Formats: sequence, C-alpha cells, structure tokens
Amino acid sequence: MDVKEIISEPQSKQQETFPGHVIPTQGGGIITSTIQDVINWARSNSLWPLTFATSCCGIEMMSVAPSKYDFSRFGFEVARASPRQADVIIVAGTIVQKMAPVLKRLYDQMADPKYVIAMGACAISGGPFFYNTYSVVKGADHVIPVDVYIPGCPPRPEALLHALITLQGKIKSGLTREQIKANPIQL
Amino acid sequence: MDQDYIKQRLIEKFGEAVTGFESPYGMLTFEAPKEMNLKVLQFLYDDEHLKFRFLTDLCAVHYPDNKGRELAIVYLLHNLVDNVRIRFKVFSPINEAGAPYTADIYTATKLFEAANWLERETFDFFGINFVGHPNLKRIMNVEEMDYYPMLKQYPLEDQSRVDKDDEMFGRGGSVI
Ligand code: SF4
Repeated sequence: MDVKEIISEPQSKQQETFPGHVIPTQGGGIITSTIQDVINWARSNSLWPLTFATSCCGIEMMSVAPSKYDFSRFGFEVARASPRQADVIIVAGTIVQKMAPVLKRLYDQMADPKYVIAMGACAISGGPFFYNTYSVVKGADHVIPVDVYIPGCPPRPEALLHALITLQGKIKSGLTREQIKANPIQL
Repeated sequence: MDQDYIKQRLIEKFGEAVTGFESPYGMLTFEAPKEMNLKVLQFLYDDEHLKFRFLTDLCAVHYPDNKGRELAIVYLLHNLVDNVRIRFKVFSPINEAGAPYTADIYTATKLFEAANWLERETFDFFGINFVGHPNLKRIMNVEEMDYYPMLKQYPLEDQSRVDKDDEMFGRGGSVI
C-alpha cells in the first residue's frame, strides 16, 4: 500500500483519537495500547513549529496562527523562535542560495524527532517566477528532507492546516523518515 | 530651490563638464565624466544652498549597445532641508570580458557612509570596482559566485524552457 493511502485512509486504526482499546471494568476502565503508539500519538499532538518564513507564504503561515484559523486547535500553538525547541520546520517561502546553509543549520540544530513541511511553490520547486534565476534554490528538498509538500502560491491557510493534520497522520502511522529507519515497515 | 537654480549652480561651477540635463518624472537628472564624480558629489554636499547630504540610492545600469558608455552609475541624492531630490549619472566603458572588474570608479564612501553597502551591492551585481572602497566584496549573492548576474549577457531566464510559454497563460505565445 502507498504511504499516501495509509495516511488518508479514513477508517485507519492509526487515525483514531487515542490509539488503544478501552476495556470497561467496574469503576472505570483499562486502556491497552503499545508504548510506540502512545508515543506517536503524544508527539503528533504537540508539534511545535519553528517560525521560518522567508517570503510571501509566511504571511499565510502567520494568519494560520491567530484566532481565525488557529492551528492551536490541532496542537501547534507554540510557535518557537528557536530551533532547539521546535519539532517541525515550516519552510514558508523562497530559499535563496545564500539562505540554504542557514536553513540546513537550523534543521541540524533541531532536536530529533523533527519534521519538515515545504509550503508553497517556492519551497517545492523554486517557485512560480524565480525558478530560473541565479539566486534561488530549486526546492527546499535540495537542502533538507521534506515530509509534507503543500502546493499553491501561496497555499490557503486551510491547506496549511491540512498539511499539518497530514503530518500528524504520518507520525501516527509511523511513516516518517526516522520511524521507517528505526522500524522498517513492510508495505 | 527649483531645478533651474540647481542647474545654473552646477554650470557655474563645472561649465561644459556637466551635461545632459533633463527631468524625467519631474526629477532633475544630469551627467558628468566619471573622473569627476567625487568633485560633483562633494560640491553638491558642501554648498550651503544645495546641501545634498543624503545618498538615497546608488545603482548601475548596463546598456550593452551604448558603445563606449556601456555602464551607467546612478547616484540619487536628497536635500532633506528643502526636500529636493536629484539624479546624477556617470557613464563608463566596460572592460573586456574576462577582466576581474567591469569598470573602475572612485568610491563615495568617504562622503557618505551609506555608500558602503550600496557600492558593495553594485559591485556584486555589475562588477564595478569602486576604487578606495574599504571592504569591496559581495553582499547579496553567495561568495562563490564567479560572475556578475545583472549584466545583460546573462538572460533573465533560461530561454530554452517551454513550460512557461505565454500560451499557457492565455495570451498568445509561440506554441501553436
Ligand atoms: S510560493 Fe508564491 S506566495 Fe509562496 S513564497 Fe513563493 S512566490 Fe511567495
């Protein structure tokens, strides 16, 4: 099965709110689960984004934070200005050649496990206008590994929310890069 | 302080050397030989009526067909007291391809602190050597870059691409 299908499969066990079974007993219940699932569930619901907005897409990313779209509903509330405290870097904007080493360095400074979202045409492929110029990197994935891509120029805030939820699904399904490395799955 | 006055003062001081007076978009523009750039700037700075003491911008333009005058260096000056702006140009021939710099011109950094970064930028994009600049190295582009991207011989975009033809955007184009 394709990674995409596992993540988007609506009935997937991985997508349930809490991974496990409740066995009702007198005076409460017992939850059974695996420690790995609980860890993934916990991680996916507390992803702290790093504020990394290099151009216009950053404006959309900012608008996802305040009350109208409010990504804290999904566990992304604490946007961090320090890579040491962030879990997910949202590359929102054009990456120029001179910025590329900085992006790599920020990524390296983030603590594991870490995730990358490439937001917008610029971060995916160098952008709608800039992709032939002398100064622009043709996609953030030339510099760091990307987990989720969001098409658009700029993507709507809903698209970013969707990407964040997709990332959560990916983590819960155990399909991020580190998880696959640590625990190879048979597709 | 109107444009005629500035023009008259400049001609009084420099005579035939200042030429090309015009005022596109209402801003007085003139040019001088490139060896005289500092003299003119200094005069505009020091004169107690002109007082052009703020360098708003400094840039270059490449005119490949303008033989002997391929590069223009443009100074945009502002008199903050009377709120008057002028544009001052010097033209320079371009050096042979392969030379380390495209042109040599005296630096204005002694006169304007602002010229430091602006000249570095102009050097970065056009390869103009500002003689006497304290720290002439690239400021915007990566240091490893070995050409000056704003010169006209480098096309704006890769001309061989077909996926950005105007046809795709519903406005003519070459795809039939
Ligand atoms: S994808 Fe579009 S909106 Fe986003 S940074 Fe690039 S040009 Fe700006």
